[in-house]
Amino acid sequence: MPGITREEVAHLARLSRLELQAEELDHFAEQLDVIIGAVARVSEVAGQDVPPTSHPLPLSNVMRADEVRQSLTPEQALSGAPASEDQRFRVPQILGED
Amino acid sequence: MSLVSYEEALASYDPVMGLEVHVELGTKTKMFCGCSTELGAEPNSQTCPTCLGLPGSLPVVNAVGVESAIRIGLALNCEIAEWCRFARKNYFYPDMPKNFQTSQYDEPIAFNGYLDVQLEDGEVFRVEIERAHMEEDTGKSTHIGGATGRIHGAEYSLLDYNRAGIPLIEIVTKPIEGAGHRAPEVAKAYVAELRELIKALGVSEARMDKGQMRCDVNLSLRPNGTEKFGTRSETKNVNSLRSVERAARFEIMRHATVLTDGGTIIQETRHFHEEDGSTTSGRIKDNAEDYRYFPEPDLVPVAPAREWVEELRAGLPELPRVRRARLQAEWGLNDQDMQSVLNAGAVESISETIAAGAPADQARKWWMGELARRANETGTELSEQPITPAQVARVCALVAEGKLNDKLARQVIEGVLAGEGEPDQVVEKRGLAVVSDDSALGAAVDQAIADNPDVAAKIRDGKVQAVGALVGAVMKATRGQADAAKVKDLILEKLA
Repeated sequence: MPGITREEVAHLARLSRLELQAEELDHFAEQLDVIIGAVARVSEVAGQDVPPTSHPLPLSNVMRADEVRQSLTPEQALSGAPASEDQRFRVPQILGED
Repeated sequence: MSLVSYEEALASYDPVMGLEVHVELGTKTKMFCGCSTELGAEPNSQTCPTCLGLPGSLPVVNAVGVESAIRIGLALNCEIAEWCRFARKNYFYPDMPKNFQTSQYDEPIAFNGYLDVQLEDGEVFRVEIERAHMEEDTGKSTHIGGATGRIHGAEYSLLDYNRAGIPLIEIVTKPIEGAGHRAPEVAKAYVAELRELIKALGVSEARMDKGQMRCDVNLSLRPNGTEKFGTRSETKNVNSLRSVERAARFEIMRHATVLTDGGTIIQETRHFHEEDGSTTSGRIKDNAEDYRYFPEPDLVPVAPAREWVEELRAGLPELPRVRRARLQAEWGLNDQDMQSVLNAGAVESISETIAAGAPADQARKWWMGELARRANETGTELSEQPITPAQVARVCALVAEGKLNDKLARQVIEGVLAGEGEPDQVVEKRGLAVVSDDSALGAAVDQAIADNPDVAAKIRDGKVQAVGALVGAVMKATRGQADAAKVKDLILEKLA
């Protein structure tokens, strides 16, 4: 098994701005191990003849003309927001930045 | 903390810089969706499911964004990738509702170039370009609560995503070595030259005061005579040419102070403060791997055809350095005079004034004289003075037509700067036209002769040099609005 450590989970939690309890660190380390193990099995199947790919379709250069299309109204844009104020998305205190 | 002086810092340490400049493109729409990029719109009125990062939305790249990136790359003497992809730069911060910024990582569209920049004494310094890549801007946060509107102490923040997704080109230099004490000057000259280049290409107005062009200054010191780079700091969002120079200078002194004291430099971002030119600590920088970059699966690769690239190369405009050499020849300036014009940032203003019909020497005289002085006094850019090249050209035309003399022209310029309207309106409102009406002038001359019989007698006796006193009297009577040479001729004629 790849062996995800508690420290790695703690680091990921910090990057994701998630507060995790000690027992959760162990719990998630185990779960992430399983996920990574599952993905690792794919590499076992992929032979030398299968190049790494980031996109399932053999396409390139799909571009759009620089023409304005209708945007959402501010009301529509904000309709899914848990909180808004002054026609802006309201988010909780931002920590650990600036 | 008291800093070691700049000279002391340079006596022991050798600065190495890296400059990252973000240019907001002037496309009509965002990089990956059709929302307008118009400035000043109501909050969140220019968003859609794509730039809000709503599930199920699909980005499609803006062709003009790609074209602009290639043109910038070509103008910077870069190679253009034959095939490249976008990447997700993952981070958790509300300025990007998707929780990642679409950028490019190890496959930039342009790489390995250079830009030659000219320093104030005329020396040319080559800045090597590492890469230019495509990405998107973030939304704008407003922090509420707390004393200063800053993020610290704020209770919550408000987000406007109109700017999220506006195309950015990030241009990154290779480490700039060997500039020594001129490092801050090189930084400023580089950003200035890059701004000229971007404007010449017409891909952005590149107004630093409007955030259309922003510079991050990375700086580290190493002991003189050593090779290995020191730990760098990254001063973010430096928003004027002068600030770029000041930020680099401050960081050189700060690093030297820490290192001289036996301390270590922390790799961190720093904020620049316009008020006193200092920087303060920001956040500890995440490592590149913390961004967990991976190829953007929702966008297909960009593979610009070589024919297209060559077509764009052939269509590049005259680049600033070439243009400056041409203008110098056209304006008949020696190197030193041209350098003063460049240092004053007067090239565009003079050039546009000439285009509006003024003779080259007149255009240069106003911008390099009166207006440069004013810019200096007020600490502003020459181009920001509240007078247009067309207005200066109009003043020149009024002088050429004999309607204004030099002194009056100066007053008209003053009036325009004071917001009194167009030159002709200032002339009218202030009553500044040269008194060319011979009968009015004749009356003033007669009066001056009558008021000064002694002087008049001397002149009649052949003491022509005494005429100055009478010319003075006439100029005073006409409030300076007469042509002095003409007044002198008239007096001598009458007293002959």
